[in-house]
Amino acid sequence: MTDVAGWETVIGLEVHCELATATKLFCGCPNVFGDEPNTNVCPVCLGLPGSLPVLNRRSVELAMAVGTALHCEVRPSVFHRKNYFYPDMPKDYQVSQYDQPINVGGHLDLPDGTRIGVTRAHMEEDTGKTTHVGESGRIHGADYALVDYNRAGVPLVEIVSEPDIRSADEARAYVNELRAILVAIGASDARMEEGSLRIDANVSVRPAGSSALGTRAEIKNLNSVRSLGRAVDYEVRRQIGLLEAGDKVVQETRHWNEDAGRTSSMRSKEEAYDYRYFPEPDLVPLAPSDRWRDAVAAGLPALPADRRRLLAAAAGVAADHQAVVTVVALGLDDLVTAAVAGGADPRLALNRAANEVAAAHVAPADVDGAAFTTVLVMEGDGRLTSTQAKQVLADVLAGGGGDPVAIARARGFEALGADALTGAVDQVVADNPGEWARFKEGEAKLAGFFVGKVMAATQGRADGRAVTARLRELAAANR
Amino acid sequence: MTAVEIAADVRAGRRSAREVVEAHLETIAAREQEVHAFNLVLHADALGAADVIDRRVAAGDDPGPLAGVPIALKDNLATRGIPTTCGSRILDGWRPPYDATVVTRLREAGAVIVGKTNMDEFAMGSSTENSAFGPTRNPHDPSRVPGGSSGGSAAAVAAGFVPLALGSDTGGSIRQPAALCGVVGMKPTYGVVSRYGLVAFASSLDQIGPLAATVADAAALLEVIGGHDPLDSTSIAGPAPRVRGVLDDGVEGLRVGVVRELTGGLDPDVAARLNEAAAALAGAGAKVDDASVPSVGLGLSAYYLIATAEASSNLARYDGVRYGLRVDAEDVTAMYGATRAAGFGAEVKRRIMLGTYALSAGYYDAYYGQAQRVRTLLIRDFEAAYAQFDLLLSATSPTTAFPLGAKSDDPLAMYLSDVCTIPSNLAGHPAASVPFGTGDDGMPVGIQLYAPALGEPVLFRAAAALERSAPR
Amino acid sequence: MVDKPSLSRDDVVHVAVLARLVLTDAEIDEFTGQLAAVLEHAADVAALDTSGVPPTAHPLPLVNVLRDDVVRPSLDRDEVLAAAPAAESGRFKVPRILGDAP
Repeated sequence: MTDVAGWETVIGLEVHCELATATKLFCGCPNVFGDEPNTNVCPVCLGLPGSLPVLNRRSVELAMAVGTALHCEVRPSVFHRKNYFYPDMPKDYQVSQYDQPINVGGHLDLPDGTRIGVTRAHMEEDTGKTTHVGESGRIHGADYALVDYNRAGVPLVEIVSEPDIRSADEARAYVNELRAILVAIGASDARMEEGSLRIDANVSVRPAGSSALGTRAEIKNLNSVRSLGRAVDYEVRRQIGLLEAGDKVVQETRHWNEDAGRTSSMRSKEEAYDYRYFPEPDLVPLAPSDRWRDAVAAGLPALPADRRRLLAAAAGVAADHQAVVTVVALGLDDLVTAAVAGGADPRLALNRAANEVAAAHVAPADVDGAAFTTVLVMEGDGRLTSTQAKQVLADVLAGGGGDPVAIARARGFEALGADALTGAVDQVVADNPGEWARFKEGEAKLAGFFVGKVMAATQGRADGRAVTARLRELAAANR
Repeated sequence: MTAVEIAADVRAGRRSAREVVEAHLETIAAREQEVHAFNLVLHADALGAADVIDRRVAAGDDPGPLAGVPIALKDNLATRGIPTTCGSRILDGWRPPYDATVVTRLREAGAVIVGKTNMDEFAMGSSTENSAFGPTRNPHDPSRVPGGSSGGSAAAVAAGFVPLALGSDTGGSIRQPAALCGVVGMKPTYGVVSRYGLVAFASSLDQIGPLAATVADAAALLEVIGGHDPLDSTSIAGPAPRVRGVLDDGVEGLRVGVVRELTGGLDPDVAARLNEAAAALAGAGAKVDDASVPSVGLGLSAYYLIATAEASSNLARYDGVRYGLRVDAEDVTAMYGATRAAGFGAEVKRRIMLGTYALSAGYYDAYYGQAQRVRTLLIRDFEAAYAQFDLLLSATSPTTAFPLGAKSDDPLAMYLSDVCTIPSNLAGHPAASVPFGTGDDGMPVGIQLYAPALGEPVLFRAAAALERSAPR
Repeated sequence: MVDKPSLSRDDVVHVAVLARLVLTDAEIDEFTGQLAAVLEHAADVAALDTSGVPPTAHPLPLVNVLRDDVVRPSLDRDEVLAAAPAAESGRFKVPRILGDAP
C-alpha cells in the first residue's frame, strides 16, 4: 500500500517509447534491437561533420497516432536542439520538440474509469548506449566506457502525464494501459526489458486534503512495471519519513536500485544544466493538414477501452471485470468473441482465455481459434468435463493447435456412454434413498448432490447435464 | 582559358582533360608555395580522373557540362576518403566516409577535383588568417590577405590554379574574398544548393556557391551544383536556376537601387568604384536610383548573434569521441575540455563562447530571440525595396585587401568588414560580387548585386552586364 | 574598450564550462574584453522594440519535408571505428564517465 494515513501521494509519469519504424528518425539506418554494436550507423546518426537530418514520415504518423489515441490535440510542431555533452549523443545535442510539441492536452482512462491527464506527447531522437567497463561494472569506479550508436537516432515519443496519479497501483495501471494502447495502434512493441518503453516517475507527497504540490523527486532506472510500483512505494515512505521528522524533501533526480529496493540521490558536482534550446535549423516545421490528421485517426484500430466495452458486453460482465482487462491487455479478445460467435458459453470463453490461455504465454496469433472454440463447445455440451477441457486446451496451446476431438479421444476422454451413465445414476439413486425422496418432493438443489456422486463414481467422465436430465426422468417416472 | 572553353574543347575532343589538368598542376607548382591556396593538392587523383574523362570522350560518351574542368573545393566540403579539415587541427586527418552532394554532382558533370582549399577555421573569419595550417596570401600582393573565409578558393582562381572553385558563404565568405582577389563570387538563394556534406558553421545562413574568373563560368558551375537534394531538408524543390542562357540579355529597363545605408563606411576609392558601377549599369540601360533598407545596420549584430549561437551547437560534436583529435584525460569531461582547448583556434573559441552565451538561460530573449526578430525586420525591408527595384547594388567590402595581421587583434573590426555581405545571408537571398576596377592601392574592388529569393536569373543577367562594363 | 562590460569574467568562466572549453587565465581575460565589446555593439539589437515582430528562425517557409521509412545502407563498422581516437570490441572507447546523462 502506498497511502499512509494523513498523506496523499502525487505522481506524474514520463514515458519514453521507441516507435516501431523500419528506420531511424532522421536517416535510413535500420531501427532494430540487439544487432552487433555500431553496425546500424551512418554519417547522419553518427553526427559526422556535414551530415543533415531528414525526418521519417512514418515516425510522424506514429507520433500522431499516439497523440490521437490519447485524445490529444495534434498540432503544428517545431524541433529544437537540446544542447548538452554526453558520449552517447553523437552531435552533443539532442533533437527534440520543446515549446511546440506535436501532441498536447490529452488523457488516458484507466480500466476502472479514473482519468489521467496527458500534458504532451512529443517526438525526439534516442541516444546511443554506453557500457561502463571496470571491476565494479558500474558507473562509479569504472575505468572507461564503450559506446554503441545503433540506438542513436531511433525515434521516440515522450508521453508526459499530468500529476494525476495517486498511488503505485494507479501508476502501474497507467503504464499497463498506455502500453496496451501503444501496442494496439502499432506505435511500439513497448518492451520494457528491451528498453523500448522507459519510465521516469515524478513523485511527491502532501498532507491529505491539501491541493498544493509537494517537492518532487524524479526517479530514474525503472526497468519494469513492478519496479515502478516498488520504487513509488519506497519513495513515498521516504518522503513521508522526512516530512514527519521535520526535514524537507529535496528536488532532485533519484536512481532506483532494484536489488537494494531503494532510491538514491544522483546529484553530481556538475553545473546546473542549461540546455540552450533553440530551433533546429537543419529541419523545417511540421504542420499536419486536417486531411493528414483525419487519415491517421481513421487508420486507428479499436483501442483497449473500446475493446473492453465490447468484450464485456459479449460476456455479460462489467468493463472493469479483471478477466476482461486481462484478455484485452493480452490481445485475446478476438479469440473470445470468435468463440462466442461459434457457440461457446461467453463467461466460460472469457475465463478460459483470461486464465488458461494467458498462463500459456502464447502470442494471440499463435492460438488456434477454431480449436479453442471447439474445446469450449465440447465442454459446454458435456462431451468434456471441466477438468478434461482444461487438459485438452493445454495440449492445443502447447502444440500450436490440433483437433480437440482427436486429442480428447487419445487421452481417453470419451464421454460416458448413455447406458453406462444411466446405470451409474440409477445406482447412486438406489444408494441414497433419503436424499432421493427429498429430491422427488421438490428439493431441487439436491440435484447437485447426485451429480457429484455420479461424477465421483465415473471419475468425472459423466456429463453433468446428462446426469441431471436422467434424474428428472427418474423422478417423473417414480412420482 | 575559361571553364566554359575547356569543357567545350574537351567534350569535342579538341583538347584532352589530361593536358588541361597537367597545365593547371604546373601553375600550382609554380606559385602555390607563395600563395598557399591549398591544404591538399590531389595530383594523382586529378590526373586519374582526367584520364577517365578522356577515355569516355574517346568512347563517344559525353562526360558532362564541366568535362575536364579543374576545380578546387573549400576544405569544408566532405570528400570520400580525402582529408577534410575545415582549416582546423580538431579535424586533422579525418577522412569522411561520404561525398558531399555538390561533390557527387561535380564528378557526374565531368569536373576534375584538384585539391582542397585553405580557409578560416570552420569558415570563421574574413581573411583566411584563422587557418590552423597557416594563412593564404592574395595572389595580387602576397603581403595582403585574400579575404575569407573562402580565401583559398578565391586565391586559387585569382592565381590561375583553377578556373573554378567552390566556397561557402555564411556572412560573405564567398563574395568578400572574391572581391579582394578580383574574381566572381556568388552566394545562391538559401536552399538552391544542397548543404549535405558542407561542414556546418551556421546552418540557417550557410550556402555553397561558385567562385570563378568569369560570370559565365560561375553560371555554368551553379547549374551543375544547384537543384533539389532529398538529403537536405532545407533544399528547395525544383531544378537548378537557369542562368547560362540569360547572360547576354542586358539590363535595359531593369530597376537597380543603390543601398543608401551601405555607402557610409566605404573607403573613398571603393565608394568611387561603386558610383562608377552604378553609372555603368545606367549607361547600359538600367534605371538606377537610391534605395533604402533601413534595418540593414542592425544586420551585423543580429548576424553575429545568430551565427555564433548556431555554431556553438554545430561545433559541440568535436569532442574527441568519434573522429578527429583527442587529448586524453582522466575522465570524459576533462577529455572534452582538453581536446577542444587544443583543437580549436582562438577565433573559433571566441565565437563558441559568444554563441553559448547568447543561447544561455537568461540571455536568450535579449540576444538570440531579438536577433531573429531583427531578421524578420530586415526581410520586410528587403520586400519593400524589391517592390521598387529588381536588383540592389552595394560594394562587396568596405575596403580592398588589407595587409596580413592588420585586423588580427581586433575581432570587432574584422567583423565590421562583413557589413555589406551579411544582409543577404540573413534574408536568404542571392547575391554576387563582380570585379570592378581597382582601389588606390591597385588591389581589386568588388561590386555586389543583390536579388530577391530565387532571383538568380536577373542577378546573373546584371552581373554579366557589369562584367562587360568593368574597367580593364 | 567598453567602460561597463555587459558580461563579467565569471560569466565567461561559466560559459566556458557549458561549452566544454578549458581556457587559460589569459584567454579568459582576453575573451571577457572582446566579447563585452561585441555585446556592446549588439546593444542596438538587444534594446530594439520588437513587440509584435515574429522571430525568423529560418529564411525558407518550407514545412513537412519528409522521407519514406525505407532502409538505406549503413556504413562499414571497420571504416567508422578506424576514424575513432580509440575503439574496443566494436565500440567507441572513452575515458570513464563520472555522471549519468542529465
